[in-house]
Amino acid sequence: MFPRPIQQQSAGAQAGYQTLLPLALIVWLLPLIAVFIFSIKPDADFVNGNFWGLPSSFEMFNNYGKVFFESNMPRYLFNSLLITVPTVIGAVALSAMAGFALGIYRFKGNLLIFFMFIAGNFVPFQILMVPVRDLTIDLGLYDTITGLVLFHVAFQTGFCTLFMRNFIRALPFPLIEAARVEGISEIRIFWYVVLPLMKPALAALAVLIFTFIWNDYFWAVVLTQGPDAQPVTAGITEFNSQFRAAYHLMSAGSIVAALPPVAMFFLMQKHFIAGLTLGAVK
Amino acid sequence: MSSVTTNGTRAERGWYKRNEIAITPWLFLAPAMFFFAIYVIIPIGQSFWISFHQWDGLGEATWVGTANYERLLGIGEQNMDRKFEVSFWNNLKWLVLYLLAIPMGLFISLFLNQTVTGIRLYKSLFFFPFVISQVVVGLVFSWFYLPNDGLFDQITGLVGIDIKGGMLGNPNTATYGIIAAGLWPQTAYCMILYLTGLNAVDPEQVEAARLDGAKGHKMLWYVILPQLKPATFIAFVVTIIGALRSFDLISVMTNGGPFGSTRVLSFYMFEESLSEFGFRMGYGAAIAVVLFFIMLFFIVYFLWSMYQDEKGGR
Repeated sequence: MFPRPIQQQSAGAQAGYQTLLPLALIVWLLPLIAVFIFSIKPDADFVNGNFWGLPSSFEMFNNYGKVFFESNMPRYLFNSLLITVPTVIGAVALSAMAGFALGIYRFKGNLLIFFMFIAGNFVPFQILMVPVRDLTIDLGLYDTITGLVLFHVAFQTGFCTLFMRNFIRALPFPLIEAARVEGISEIRIFWYVVLPLMKPALAALAVLIFTFIWNDYFWAVVLTQGPDAQPVTAGITEFNSQFRAAYHLMSAGSIVAALPPVAMFFLMQKHFIAGLTLGAVK
Repeated sequence: MSSVTTNGTRAERGWYKRNEIAITPWLFLAPAMFFFAIYVIIPIGQSFWISFHQWDGLGEATWVGTANYERLLGIGEQNMDRKFEVSFWNNLKWLVLYLLAIPMGLFISLFLNQTVTGIRLYKSLFFFPFVISQVVVGLVFSWFYLPNDGLFDQITGLVGIDIKGGMLGNPNTATYGIIAAGLWPQTAYCMILYLTGLNAVDPEQVEAARLDGAKGHKMLWYVILPQLKPATFIAFVVTIIGALRSFDLISVMTNGGPFGSTRVLSFYMFEESLSEFGFRMGYGAAIAVVLFFIMLFFIVYFLWSMYQDEKGGR
């Protein structure tokens, strides 16, 4: 193990490490801690210039109550959910199939198509912006949740296919050969042999895509406007102009907006990290 | 008659059965390829096409040849577009400084690669910033940087540094302030990549090197880092892409200001195409094409590296 385990070092070094750890964490998360403290402060603290001191009174329920009952926040959160969940299902389904095709079969153009998916996944969003916005308007889907979902599914399929294909490649190939010898059709091989083995990959991708899409801001701004279809990342701007300079409410709103992916991460940590670090180990 | 029909279907099924292995992959690929072509591949071509036009996004587009590019790059008698120049240099700053996330992430992962009680929780809390949306990160940091009242201004005030207008209000510092905010989640990402990589480092090699007297940075450089190469490659890929995609933070923290000093190509393109000053889609598309070519340089390198790997595989 590297660096040398702390247990093998002097008692002083161990004590030093144990104290340094929480300190480093506090410094690292300082901006977040500050925002959390902001969100439980009363308005008066900001008027009086008490930005970074302790709250003069505990207003957590008041502030968060305002976020939920006196703004469009719940609507935006709901929109985000309506955008994120179908995207996750769509992108995972499409890429599981594409990954199966690219991972199992040898045919002309296999690698070319695979690389096309990877390359497309790396392009700057801006080169897609004008045509995709146009297409969405032509389809009558501008400022709708469907318009956003269709694009997200298509774009995320690139990354997901890369992931699925590499995962399927690592599965034991003799299993598929054995199934073929038994005379099982290819479609049934996908459904009954490969898909059950892909469960970890499906879970990892689902959590990752959930976070990516929930946090998307660019496409939300390009393809939607207003509270009918906008997700929470774009809605927070409107929320902030509604409560201009009301830092206690703006920070409470930000925390609410950030919470779902954070909860997702802590609940599904193992899958999340497995997805993110795919390929980091040979 | 009916027997002929049955024969027909049987023949069809036979044809599918005979070619099953050849056809199935295309059946499975079709939906993904359809979506990807419509929303990703074709739009790239369309953007190239639009970049040779003058177009407000509503009426007819007029063919202007390379006029957009000439204006952008200052070919001929005109000067290079000032805003483009600023954006381009800012993109370079982003690229170079964003790469700091890799050594910083490595450093934190080395610090956290221990087995003490609660270390799992520490690791996930250190990773935390990556999960939060960039919009929220941007908001949080813009409050952190507030002039006078912001924590950052108060801390720098203690050592006697006073940035005029605040970190984000001063054209000389604003871009660096935003990059620092971006480094926060990016470092967390690199950290998790390296933590996973360190987990897989061969303990026998480390022990053997220890017996040979290797330790500290020598051990890190000659024994550990070579084994972390895959993690470094991915950290490099995601950091470069993240740097060139920077948009959310700029939009939220400064909206390109002060005096346009924090624009990058991706932001400038958005501004030209969809701002309140009118829709100049052709010019915007030309900026996007330039950004695409910068990115293409890296994409080709990434694909080439992956191709080398593939050749080694099955």
